[in-house]
Amino acid sequence: MGWLGETVDSVKSIQIRQLLTQAISLVCCLIGMIVTSSLIIWKALICVTGSESPVVVVLSESMEPGFQRGDILFLHMSKDPIRAGEIVVFNIDGRDIPIVHRVIKVHERKNTGEVDVLTKGDNNPGDDRLLYAKGQLWLHRHHIMGRAVGFLPYVGWVTIIMTEKPIIKYILIGALGLLVISSRD
Amino acid sequence: MHSFGYRANALLTFSVTALAFICAIASLSDNFSNQNPSAEIQILNINRFKKQSYENDEVSLTLDISADLESLFTWNTKQVFAFVAAEYETPKNSLNQVSLWDAIIPDKEHAKFRIQTSNKYRFIDQGHNLRGKEFNLTLHWHVMPKTGKMFADKIVMPGYSLPDAYK
Repeated sequence: MGWLGETVDSVKSIQIRQLLTQAISLVCCLIGMIVTSSLIIWKALICVTGSESPVVVVLSESMEPGFQRGDILFLHMSKDPIRAGEIVVFNIDGRDIPIVHRVIKVHERKNTGEVDVLTKGDNNPGDDRLLYAKGQLWLHRHHIMGRAVGFLPYVGWVTIIMTEKPIIKYILIGALGLLVISSRD
Repeated sequence: MHSFGYRANALLTFSVTALAFICAIASLSDNFSNQNPSAEIQILNINRFKKQSYENDEVSLTLDISADLESLFTWNTKQVFAFVAAEYETPKNSLNQVSLWDAIIPDKEHAKFRIQTSNKYRFIDQGHNLRGKEFNLTLHWHVMPKTGKMFADKIVMPGYSLPDAYK
């Protein structure tokens, strides 16, 4: 009887140890490898493209039919002056969602090289003065985060779905966790 | 090794890689197309040329724009965005670019066109430098692909000028 109790105890302790090992490896795998490597890739992209957000997802229909909702845009920021016709991504003071529109007017100062820029979405009837901060008539260089140089259609829907229906995000992370646990066996 | 999870994972990775490769090739093929677009712009009329009540010059004109952009379309082209801008210099600004008209050309059939139109966007200067001003009219085009890198270029047509006096 005592010997049976001993065996049961040792079996239980092995299981607890295995459980702990799996839990720690899960945490290490998820947070350690996946998140860190994503962060490394993201930071590298920021360095290479020179822009604070090298990839953006198109959220509105203001640039249709060229950019549809759910496309992703690759951005690049260089020291080249901003010229009419370029598609730029900019932030308005007080708003946190960047806007992707085309430059339609440029006034560049002679002495300082500073520039006044007006933008408009291709599919919008009027220019973006309605979107700018109150009293702001022009965009300046420091508002602009990058120029759009290339794009991939449809790939951005993953981000849109995860933002608008967070339950999918949790399901995805849960499934990822399950995959990691099951692969340890 | 042959569980559903492993197979699904392998399938997903392979298909994403293959798709990415195809997109890259499609974009690369755009570099080999031969492009020679042409355009001609005439100013038909200066409709209005005045000083706004709070000190900026404004001019309204009618343009006759004809262009042949058919050679810009490849199999990877979704649309071509074309616009006409006036470029000029002023004492304070080294460069002013004002877009006067734009259009989205969805396919090759619409790429050869001629239209007469007044300027879609207001031609307003920062100041009152427009009397007798010489300027270039440039036709820009921006090729937006179905996937990949976007191309832009322009034709510069110099030699236009505004009248010496307000109208």
